[in-house]
Amino acid sequence: MNLFTLLRLALRVISRNKARAMLTVLGIVIGVAAVIAMVALGAGAQQNIAKQIASLGSNLIIIIPGTTNIAGVRGGGGSSTTVDVDDIDALRREVKSITHLAPANRQQVQIVAGDANWGTTVQGTTPAFYVVRDWRTDVGTEHSELDEAAHNKVCVLGKTVAAQLFGTDDPIDQWVRIKKVPFRVIGVLSSKGQSPMGQDQDDTVVIPFSVFRQRLAGTQRDQIQVAYAAALDADSSQAAVDEMTAVLRQRHHLRESADDDFSIRNLADMAAASREVADSMTLLLGSIAGVSLLVGGIGIMNTMLVSVTERTREIGIRLAVGAKSRDILVQFLVEAVVLSAFGGAIGVLVGWLVARLLNDATGWVTIFDPTVAALAFLVSGAVGVFFGFWPARRAAQLDPIDALRYE
Amino acid sequence: MSQVPVIDAENLQKVYGAGGTPVVALDHVTLQVHQGEFVAVVGASGSGKSTFMNLIGLLDRPTGGSLRLDGVDVAKLTPNQRATVRNRKVGFVFQGFNLLRRTSALENVELPLLYAGVSAHERAEAAKRALTQVGLGERMGHMPNELSGGQQQRVAIARALVNQPALLLADEPTGNLDSTTTREILKLFVDLNVNHGITVVMVTHENDVAAVSRRVVQFKDGRVVMDGPPPAEWTPAVPAPWHTAASAPTSEVA
Ligand SMILES: Nc1ncnc2c1ncn2[C@@H]1O[C@H](COP(=O)(O)OP(=O)(O)OP(=O)(O)O)[C@@H](O)[C@H]1O
Ligand SMILES: [Mg+2]
Repeated sequence: MNLFTLLRLALRVISRNKARAMLTVLGIVIGVAAVIAMVALGAGAQQNIAKQIASLGSNLIIIIPGTTNIAGVRGGGGSSTTVDVDDIDALRREVKSITHLAPANRQQVQIVAGDANWGTTVQGTTPAFYVVRDWRTDVGTEHSELDEAAHNKVCVLGKTVAAQLFGTDDPIDQWVRIKKVPFRVIGVLSSKGQSPMGQDQDDTVVIPFSVFRQRLAGTQRDQIQVAYAAALDADSSQAAVDEMTAVLRQRHHLRESADDDFSIRNLADMAAASREVADSMTLLLGSIAGVSLLVGGIGIMNTMLVSVTERTREIGIRLAVGAKSRDILVQFLVEAVVLSAFGGAIGVLVGWLVARLLNDATGWVTIFDPTVAALAFLVSGAVGVFFGFWPARRAAQLDPIDALRYE
Repeated sequence: MSQVPVIDAENLQKVYGAGGTPVVALDHVTLQVHQGEFVAVVGASGSGKSTFMNLIGLLDRPTGGSLRLDGVDVAKLTPNQRATVRNRKVGFVFQGFNLLRRTSALENVELPLLYAGVSAHERAEAAKRALTQVGLGERMGHMPNELSGGQQQRVAIARALVNQPALLLADEPTGNLDSTTTREILKLFVDLNVNHGITVVMVTHENDVAAVSRRVVQFKDGRVVMDGPPPAEWTPAVPAPWHTAASAPTSEVA
């Protein structure tokens, strides 16, 4: 019998009992759909993380005061005032493997422009910030070392803030008030989108570090909340972290046994962390897929066993007119594979739909991967072969006269 | 005859129920059928006729004795070789039809050709020819449950003939047919036997059907109790060339 005849026969038998076929393949459908949808979600999340990490700037190193535990959660209250402006100066002087270093202190403020006002985060930082974060202005200019030295009250707006205060108007050379102090707008930053933590990075205003210390910092004027450094290149990034750690430990007079009272992370660390998350997600997906395909396969095996029993006389008739046991085996195997592949195809479709609906409903990015879909489809077919084999072999081993006499 | 017999059974034995009380269905049956013979098998119900047919149709295996088909000891055949013999050499008409349910008459008749590897087009052609031969040319698309018992029987006969077997084994092929259709089928059998050299072995309960044959084998309690030409007092349902001019009706065989 050729494949076409076998397929037609299988389709006819299956279509005789559609309800049973649907129930049989449900396990496979759910399994494949879950895999497709979750892989699409995972790929979307991966892409997001990669994009966001890249948005932080290349060769970026972040210095945060305070101890961290293993999971990277920042330590308790008083510990976060451990890095000061002198530390930053020392790092700038002593660490050769970094090109730029920008302290950045931030504060929540209301910012006013004419009638409009907007609550945002003001960041006081040095001109190195634009380089280190790879975050340049779209319109106007960045503030300069001259502005720092002269304590010029100038500011560079994030895209969101510019839009909230000025709409479509040109904000350059307009005045805004931060804590009642008027600042002249000299530039607007390019758009960065969401941070890895999910915040809108464009909802910010940058002012000179010297002005922040003078006007906004209050009593905490020497403390540093965060500092960004750029390593010479990707290879020297770890060396830079080590050097900075050594300098800070020495300046903070930490004993050999004491933990760091600050934390320094580079992009490689963050990428590794996100890869770890992705790996465990893959493992989880894999086990979900495995379990549901197993359950689906058992469903197919059960249906095929019932089918073989029900059709014992048919098998007898086929054997009596000259079917070889291999013909019977192949017939039932093809039936099992058609069933499971049918489930796989529906599963791919449902998975794709779920991914799209998730995207529409929640805004999560989902990436449908045709390769994964094809693979899932093939695996579902393989499940049919695997779980259909035993029932098919039972059918093939029947004796003609016994099968013909079966009631 | 010097030729190798088509069927050569020697002390053939079939005992059912190995576990409980054994039933001896065939008791040392020795019988030879040669190429071109037309044999009627008769006997009371339960005398072992179907059992004998199932053995020589390679559907079942004897519990004792030997069976040769065309000189080949069937005990030495592999299951695949047995399947090939069932498919190519033997056409079997079952007492209970054994048609596939929910499968059209045409496709039922095509079934042996399917396993003979015949192409779809040729299958359909041959099946149509066989169905026309048994007078069912108009009912090819019908399912078995849409056909009368006699029509189903004719589908079963068409299926047995479609692969042009050298040996036709028919277990009460006319049991469900009216006398007109019975005569049609018998004429067909005689034609196949006379003009195509097909060996026919046919089980029947009716004397006039048995009388068509050249040789009657009677079973009783699993043994052959009589083997010879049909008794002169039985009137054949249809004429055959071997009937003597004195006893045969005058009309010609189709
Ligand atoms: N599968 C079986 N298991 C046990 N006994 C069986 C089986 N098949 C047939 N028999 C017995 O073997 C004997 C012969 O049966 P068989 O079917 O050959 O008779 P038959 O001559 O064809 O009868 P009928 O004219 O009614 O068809 C009977 O006594 C029957 O009960
Ligand atoms: Mg019988």
